[in-house]
Amino acid sequence: MALKIVKGSIDRMFDKNLQDLVRGIRNHKEDEAKYISTCIDEIKQELKQDNIAVKANAVCKLTYLQMLGYDVSWAAFNIVEVMSSSKFTFKRIGYLAASQCFHEGTDVIMLTTNQIRKDLSSPNQYDTGVALTGLSCFVTPDLARDLANDIMTLMSHTKPYIRKKAVLIMYKVFLKYPESLRPAFPRLKEKLEDPDPGVQSAAVNVICELARRNPKNYLSLAPLFFKLMTSSTNNWVLIKIIKLFGALTPLEPRLGKKLIEPLTNLIHSTSAMSLLYECVNTVIAVLISLSSGMPNHSASIQLCVQKLRILIEDSDQNLKYLGLLAMSKILKTHPKSVQSHKDLILQCLDDKDESIRLRALDLLYGMVSKKNLMEIVKKLMLHVDKAEGTTYRDELLTKIIDICSQSNYQYITNFEWYISILVELTRLEGTRHGHLIASQMLDVAIRVKAIRGFAVAQMATLLDNAHLLTGNTQRNGICEVLYAAAWICGEFSEHLEDPMQTLEAMLRPKVATLPGHIQAVYVQNAAKLFATVLQKHEGETDSQAAQETSQLLIDRLPLFVQSANLEVQERASCILQLVKYIQKLQQKNVEVAEEVTALFAGELNPVAPKAQKKVPIPEGLDLDAWINEPPSESESEDEKPKAVFAKEEPKHYRSRNTEVDEKELARRREVRKQEQANNPFYIKASPSSQKVYDAPGVEHIPVVQIDLSVPLKVPGMPMSDQYLKLEEERQQKEKAERKKKEKKKKREKRGKGRKADSGPESEEDITPAQHVDIVTEEMPENALPSDDDDKDPNDPHRALDIDLDKPLADSEKLPVRTHRPEVLKSPAEDRVSESVPPETKKKSSKEKKEKKKDKEKDRKRSKEEKKKKKKHKEVEEELLESQPEEPVQSEETKEAAAPPTSTSAEEVTVPSSAVETSSAAVPESEPDEPKDTEPEDTKSSKHKKKKQKKEKEEKEKKKKKRHHHHHHHGEAGGEDSVQNGTVEEEEPLPPMSNYSVLAENSFIKMMREDAEQVYDIQGNHQDESKVVVSIIFENKSDSFLKSMEFNVLDSLNSKLQRPEGAGPHDGLTVPFQLPPGVSNEARFVFSVQSIVMPQKLKGTLTFIVKSDESSTHEKLDFKLHFTCTSYLITTPCYSDAYAKLLESGDLKGSSLRLEGINMPFHHLLARICFHHHFSVVERIDSCASMYSRSIQGHHVCLLVKTSDQTVSIDAKCDEPSLLGNVLDELKQTFSKC
Amino acid sequence: MIKAILIFNNHGKPRLSKFYEHYTEDTEQQIIRETFHLVSKRDENVCNFLEGGLLIGGSENKLIYRHYATLYFVFCVDSSESELGILDLIQVFVETLDKCFENVCELDLIFHMDKVHNILAEMVMGGMVLETNMSEISTQAEAHSKMEKSEAGIAGAPARAVSAVKNMNLPEMPKNINIGDISIKVPNLSSFK
Repeated sequence: MALKIVKGSIDRMFDKNLQDLVRGIRNHKEDEAKYISTCIDEIKQELKQDNIAVKANAVCKLTYLQMLGYDVSWAAFNIVEVMSSSKFTFKRIGYLAASQCFHEGTDVIMLTTNQIRKDLSSPNQYDTGVALTGLSCFVTPDLARDLANDIMTLMSHTKPYIRKKAVLIMYKVFLKYPESLRPAFPRLKEKLEDPDPGVQSAAVNVICELARRNPKNYLSLAPLFFKLMTSSTNNWVLIKIIKLFGALTPLEPRLGKKLIEPLTNLIHSTSAMSLLYECVNTVIAVLISLSSGMPNHSASIQLCVQKLRILIEDSDQNLKYLGLLAMSKILKTHPKSVQSHKDLILQCLDDKDESIRLRALDLLYGMVSKKNLMEIVKKLMLHVDKAEGTTYRDELLTKIIDICSQSNYQYITNFEWYISILVELTRLEGTRHGHLIASQMLDVAIRVKAIRGFAVAQMATLLDNAHLLTGNTQRNGICEVLYAAAWICGEFSEHLEDPMQTLEAMLRPKVATLPGHIQAVYVQNAAKLFATVLQKHEGETDSQAAQETSQLLIDRLPLFVQSANLEVQERASCILQLVKYIQKLQQKNVEVAEEVTALFAGELNPVAPKAQKKVPIPEGLDLDAWINEPPSESESEDEKPKAVFAKEEPKHYRSRNTEVDEKELARRREVRKQEQANNPFYIKASPSSQKVYDAPGVEHIPVVQIDLSVPLKVPGMPMSDQYLKLEEERQQKEKAERKKKEKKKKREKRGKGRKADSGPESEEDITPAQHVDIVTEEMPENALPSDDDDKDPNDPHRALDIDLDKPLADSEKLPVRTHRPEVLKSPAEDRVSESVPPETKKKSSKEKKEKKKDKEKDRKRSKEEKKKKKKHKEVEEELLESQPEEPVQSEETKEAAAPPTSTSAEEVTVPSSAVETSSAAVPESEPDEPKDTEPEDTKSSKHKKKKQKKEKEEKEKKKKKRHHHHHHHGEAGGEDSVQNGTVEEEEPLPPMSNYSVLAENSFIKMMREDAEQVYDIQGNHQDESKVVVSIIFENKSDSFLKSMEFNVLDSLNSKLQRPEGAGPHDGLTVPFQLPPGVSNEARFVFSVQSIVMPQKLKGTLTFIVKSDESSTHEKLDFKLHFTCTSYLITTPCYSDAYAKLLESGDLKGSSLRLEGINMPFHHLLARICFHHHFSVVERIDSCASMYSRSIQGHHVCLLVKTSDQTVSIDAKCDEPSLLGNVLDELKQTFSKC
Repeated sequence: MIKAILIFNNHGKPRLSKFYEHYTEDTEQQIIRETFHLVSKRDENVCNFLEGGLLIGGSENKLIYRHYATLYFVFCVDSSESELGILDLIQVFVETLDKCFENVCELDLIFHMDKVHNILAEMVMGGMVLETNMSEISTQAEAHSKMEKSEAGIAGAPARAVSAVKNMNLPEMPKNINIGDISIKVPNLSSFK
């Protein structure tokens, strides 16, 4: 045997291994591709062999080739084979290859599920580790769903090495299978306090990653993280936590206030720059969230800015970069504190490092003011000249424009200066941002009326020198500027000094080389200029000039008529004909100028970019309504079912203007083209005919490269620098004048304020050079305010926006392996299926027997309650088992609900099919409640308490509302179900209150809400139902009540939920105090085992009454009554499901007769609905069927009939004692009336 | 999250590429080329951060790199990672390599890409930082190679001998290619413990 192995390995030692492959590739530098292809052939041969070692070697080589860019997906199956080797060495090779080249589209991934599961549970921790590492790279939604449970189990592995990997990979699982987040979260949270720092760090890592995307769901973890932050010494963990706080603070400003102090301490104490930097960053985030500008935080800002300055001044470029980055965050909210470091930032502009220059540029954006704008831009212009032909220059250009145009040109005092800056920028060669400059020119010219004269003159010069801009290449983006220039000259041609000359410039043959859209603008604006020229020469006796102009157009326009661009061609031919006609008129000496000008009359106003979107829909306009009724279906299509029509047609009509229709059009066009192509009779456009038009086109004109060694300076153009000087002089002058005036004033009012002249002049002092009226952009009337910050719908993190505080529902369990595939059912179906006897049971017969025994025991127990003093152990056993006569399914439900760790290996549980029993109950109950009642909250910080109180109050309000709603619901249910019967005139329902007095003395009154919030909780506890009781405490005395403690004597069946660590007889502190006359509500959670019997719990409330002179200890006894109705949940039921339920024969019947009921039937129903949590299934005349379900899944059905003050109720339920009690309670309710 | 980890030499030849998101092989090569282009034209004494390339991630991502002798180590990360932290992590990575290979040089990475991958896997998993402690990482890596050796046992001996002979025969293998040891020059950053 051993010999065989040795022989096998001797065979294989002459195979190429990875090293040989690498060496070979290095030796074949010239024909690398050829060499590799022979190697791949060899590898293919090796993969065909049976020896796993050979295969592994081949796969290892493939991994290397994959890195070089070769597709190796063809070997995916072999990779899976190597992965499943029992030897660690080969397994690792397989997993590495898989992690490098598997992805969601790899189909063999399906085959790996079981192998990975086996590796995950391998006794060798390194096998598990390798599997986890590999899986983290190629996990798919399917793998995530199938393996989530196994990985979750690994999170509690004994080895920290496995634990940390399992924790980390959970993030990937969440991403692929978001349903796993809620069930796994509690354990993930536990891992935050794992004894191993590595595991802790992994958990922090995962939660930070989750919280970054959906921070609001993780706010409740803040106290825990706060604790970690103050206790941890691991810088990596600290950084993560501090970063997380940065994401949380914008949502909870109070958190920020708490953070400031420890963070400042860290800033002062830490020596690690990375930590310092993150602290500063988070402090900045806090300060931004507290942007109210509280005075006591100015110290923190100063500290941050100081520390950042140190970073920026550091010789380490990395620190400099980060310092600038953080500085730009402060800038947004506290620009003043950054502005004082202008010198430093300007200095960074000269840095040799581009990243740093870019950051500094960002900062400059926020630092400009009216005073320094010109100076800063001048500096930037210098840099522009230096940075020839780099992306950095493009960046500079956009920044200059951003800086100048920010907040509606707020900082520009002299628009002439700005226009000349823009003109100077057009001299940049090879920039991509021509259109940006163009749009700025247009914007300024349109919106600043005063500048139009100047702008037009500048643009005319630009047009005149257009050859300089277009000189080099067609691809030169800067020629976009000509678009703006032509438009401005045309639109505001009344300001032109010599329109004739501009017109001539616009019609030069060279123009035909410009891009089509620019030519089109040229042609159109030539017409405008023509109109102006005519206007000018009108009235002159000598019409020579006007005629010359017409002639010029007639001469030049034909060039454009031949353009290949449709737009240009169309406009040109149109205008050409117009001019020809005008020429005719001119020759007859007809005055035409007025008519021609009228063509272009009217002012264009700027429209806000979002204006169109914000036009409100006028009242009474229904966009979805038919314009014409749809044509009635023709008889011939009778066979088609009607429903199909009703659904499809409106969709079709509505999509008239949408993309779909466009696609359809495109498709039709395509079809038509095809048809035409195949039709021999259709005359196709011959390519040769097109060439005639193309002849004077671009390609045929030899482009002459103009070599410009001299810097491009457009003659006659003003330089922006001179404005700077002018501006300075002007400001000086103004200052001097002001000073004079002030002196005068001073003389007049001696002794009055003297601050004004000594300090540097404030912003407002600088008056703009010319009066500037910036036209605001137009918006439609009654524009709707809207903010469109839609999240990206494709973001995978959106799916993880899950409320984590909600208690888990059964349906959310992670899928556990089953021996048979289960069919998922919809909840509606599910409800029905419960009544149907269960299919074959999945438990061993032995277990079944045991269960029967237990059931018998339980039955006995319920009969003779007092006798049930049994051994403690036995009782516990019973607690674990389910309720006595419960149907078997729900038992299975509980099995599934139990945490996966507790289920032993051989036990097979049934997920999902039966699981949804209680899911219907969950939406009714408020998710946050149990958390609020947990007294551990009282320990937390003061402000939190306050917050909770507020929340509680809000909730109370909400609750009241909900009751109201409830009430309506009941009524509505009644009305809805009037189906065949006559509709009676129903009177309004009397108000129904749900609160009853529980106990009361001279100090305090306790009101208890009858309808408890009932819900089923699943989690680490075994199957217990939880009931929340809301109690209102009202202070009736004139004294202050405090230290209230609420306690009940637990029975075997019902227990008050106490915080961990509290003894079974300890009371619960009521989390508030009551000033005189105030009432507040507290909620208490009880866990209940059996719900078939009503329960009474004795309890006491102790409290301290504090008046001015004395404080006394008082107590109040009360009895809490848990009725059976309180375990019922209003659950809607459909009539067919209801009928099936009754047919199934599982239910046992009972009936009740009420005499002397003197109320309308619908009131009666409403009462049953409201007080006893039923819903009406169907109502016919004076007969109604009703349904409800208990928290443990018992069905309760009622048939209520009334005739002459007698009401008979036939009831059915699968639990007779529950039914009996419910009926008793029903009787009581009506006996009270 | 770390999006990708790339190691390439001064000529842009990839020595290790680990992508934590799926790209096709062609795109991967393009990313490597683009990254090399961005990184290689930067001077020695400029900052180690680059606002991302166009192919990988766009504006949200940053390239954080270090240049050691003939090799560039580039991490592409998103905004949830601390820049200085990642720089330290690169340092930890290189020091661990140095420890495991005993004076690591480019050749080690060339011929033992799989080993480098395995070390990396102990440090970063699925794009998230798993371990920052150098001794912990190298302990695990050693444990792995010990397992490997014990598995190879007697059967592996001839193969090892042959590969040793192969290495001896090859003149190009050792020092005649002038690749210096990776010198570890760390700017004054206080790193994590």
